[in-house]
Amino acid sequence: MIPFVKRFEAAVYVSACVILGGCSGVQSPLDAQGPEAARVANLFWIFAIVCAFVWAAVVIVLIWAVWAKPPNSREKADPLSVDEHQDRRAGYIVSGLVGLTLAVLCTFTIASFLGSRGLASGEGAIEIEVTGYQWWWEFKYSDPEPTRTFTTANELHIPVGRPIKVALKSGDVIHSFWVPNLSGKMDLIPGQHNELTFSADRPGIYRGQCAEFCGLQHAKMALRVVAEPAQDFEAWRNQQLRPASQPVDPQTSKGREVFERSACILCHAIRGTIAGGRQGPDLTHFGSRQTIAAGTLTNTRDHLERWIANPQAFKPGTKMPQVPLNEDELTALSAYLEALK
Amino acid sequence: MSSSFRKLWLGLAVGISFVMLTACEREERDYAPTEAEKAALGPVPLVTLEPGGKVPPKPNGMSKEYEDNAYHVNQGQQLFVSFNCNGCHGNGGGGSGPALIDDKWIYGGDFSSIAATIRDGRPNGMPSYGRLLAPEQLYQLAAYVRNLGGYVRTDVAPSRADRLWAKPPENLSQKKPGADPVPATGTPPAPR
Repeated sequence: MIPFVKRFEAAVYVSACVILGGCSGVQSPLDAQGPEAARVANLFWIFAIVCAFVWAAVVIVLIWAVWAKPPNSREKADPLSVDEHQDRRAGYIVSGLVGLTLAVLCTFTIASFLGSRGLASGEGAIEIEVTGYQWWWEFKYSDPEPTRTFTTANELHIPVGRPIKVALKSGDVIHSFWVPNLSGKMDLIPGQHNELTFSADRPGIYRGQCAEFCGLQHAKMALRVVAEPAQDFEAWRNQQLRPASQPVDPQTSKGREVFERSACILCHAIRGTIAGGRQGPDLTHFGSRQTIAAGTLTNTRDHLERWIANPQAFKPGTKMPQVPLNEDELTALSAYLEALK
Repeated sequence: MSSSFRKLWLGLAVGISFVMLTACEREERDYAPTEAEKAALGPVPLVTLEPGGKVPPKPNGMSKEYEDNAYHVNQGQQLFVSFNCNGCHGNGGGGSGPALIDDKWIYGGDFSSIAATIRDGRPNGMPSYGRLLAPEQLYQLAAYVRNLGGYVRTDVAPSRADRLWAKPPENLSQKKPGADPVPATGTPPAPR
């Protein structure tokens, strides 16, 4: 049997590790990279400091009450007698302080809320439709000009400094869009139109995560927000608008053929080919993305090949089935998909 | 703690675990197809063109795993819409394709006949999906079509759809009186 002190010590170390993990800045609401997230972080610190102050005050008064000598204890005949006048006065003081604390916290919360609303009506926002599916994200960049509309998945590119207005929809169950470094979370509810506006101050890659339990692979439903300077964003956008690149060598041509005559084509779309499925992520520029399967694996040839060979091994329950393909077909298929830059 | 109280607790715990255990089989999920399932999906088998020629073998023996499994039937329901089966068959009520909720089965209403119909296609419009489906998807679809026909156990049938659905939940729909439809003999019906 481990002695109690040792166990306590171990528990302290473990929880310290968990808490310190929050300092890494990855997916941390306290490491704000945009005005929306900064508001959340500020509110957090205000609440933390006010609550810490109240807690400390209560504990000090409590200790004082336990340790201090009761005043005039000798003179009082009945120690349990109540001085009604003093009691009422103490009641007023405590109620007043509680009311004041509440009022201060409410003011800050409401100010933060109104501030976010002000940002939401910001002009020149980029509008993106986000649809959550089990277990991946679809992003549709809309544009007044229909030919400049395109769809991609799991990787959201945004220009730095411009407000981004995302319309949140769901294709199946309730999900929640949360990129802690950039904004608070908002649910994606089937049949309901939700909107969230945020922006990024600095270029960088910010990890996001589904924040509403949505089934087996909820934990592996991540997204990446790539914030980049305006000209890089425009370049990326123009690249994404192009149809998929044509196969250039025999191997990639064979890969395309495999894609078009097997189960892939029923669910995935590749613009510029006959593949037009809408059940899975759009793969038109798959090779340009950093991850496979909503942040499950980094996007390399080897990972892709193993993912296609047996998706259930990496993400049990994923809607992508194991498609029977032989070794050659697998190699060709992954070569083709990786070439879709 | 008195002993009668302890007995009550023990009884409750045993009772609750029994209730929970009943749920295990209903929702058992196999994510990867077995070798047998993979083998059932080769190239599309063709009828030998000769008088009295043999019909291709049906994908067989999967009915229990899929039909008695709520997870698979539900997946089938999702695929039925995703792969646009309702483009021709409506929500089971038929359209340019035959209805699936009645008890008329041109090519057999048993599990393997339905799986064969989806895999190989049928004359007058039903396309072959054999090479476009992963094995488990084929059986999930077949199980769902069986459910549309009302042959699946009530506790397995879906209680809701993922999309807005114009009809009552399938586990509330009327079950067919009597047993399974007779397996198809393989003789195609006379031309009409």
